[in-house]
Amino acid sequence: MNTTTETRSVVVERDIRHPPEKLWRALTQPHLIEEWLMKNDFKAVVGHRFNLRGEWGGVLDCEVLEIEPNRTLSYTWNFAHDDPAYNMQSVVTFTLTPKGAGTHLRMEQAGFRPDQKQAFGGAKAGWEQFFTKLEQVVGRAQ
Amino acid sequence: MPKNHDVLFRTLADPTRRAIFERLCREGEQTVGALTARARVSQPAVSKHLGVLKQAGLVRDRQEGRQIHYSAQLSALAPLIDWTSRMAGFWESRFDKLEDLLKRMDQ
Repeated sequence: MNTTTETRSVVVERDIRHPPEKLWRALTQPHLIEEWLMKNDFKAVVGHRFNLRGEWGGVLDCEVLEIEPNRTLSYTWNFAHDDPAYNMQSVVTFTLTPKGAGTHLRMEQAGFRPDQKQAFGGAKAGWEQFFTKLEQVVGRAQ
Repeated sequence: MPKNHDVLFRTLADPTRRAIFERLCREGEQTVGALTARARVSQPAVSKHLGVLKQAGLVRDRQEGRQIHYSAQLSALAPLIDWTSRMAGFWESRFDKLEDLLKRMDQ
């Protein structure tokens, strides 16, 4: 069995024209999180386990790892799926740094997941799902 | 998002074109005639879609006698299937929504 694993991370950064305190509310209050990310039962308590529910029906298993008000928020972002190509175990960390009157927002998602080769070649069963997701992305981009 | 993503997204955003590409993925190499027989558009329209798919690197053509055979190039999808690219696109679009929300929170 091929048990190759690989760690990768994604970093997305953006300068936001709002102060860290306000951004922090959007990152930590469930009704606000829902507006920009997903439905959730988040609580700003280290160790709290919660779910993020995507509009595509997917449910992410999360656990709060770190909270430093107005500065750092970190939680696990795990997605269990039978198809290893979609399985995901990762940690999302938001870092807020004051910048002028606004905030520099940095999101790092560090992933730890099996090798992805299975997504290629004969794994045609995954295509339908892939295209559904693609459609969602395209829909958002328009 | 990087440029090649835009091209792939744009190419596959058209439902007819996507259906042609999906059929080539599922059923393997086919001629324009075979594809047209089951598409709801004319042969010139199918040819045009194949041309766009070819330009995006999503299909390859092969001449055999009078017939041209088309096949899907799954490797062209690598940038989309790649986990990091997918997630970066996801977060960029979520940050757009986050900024919209912050604007509304002013009121």
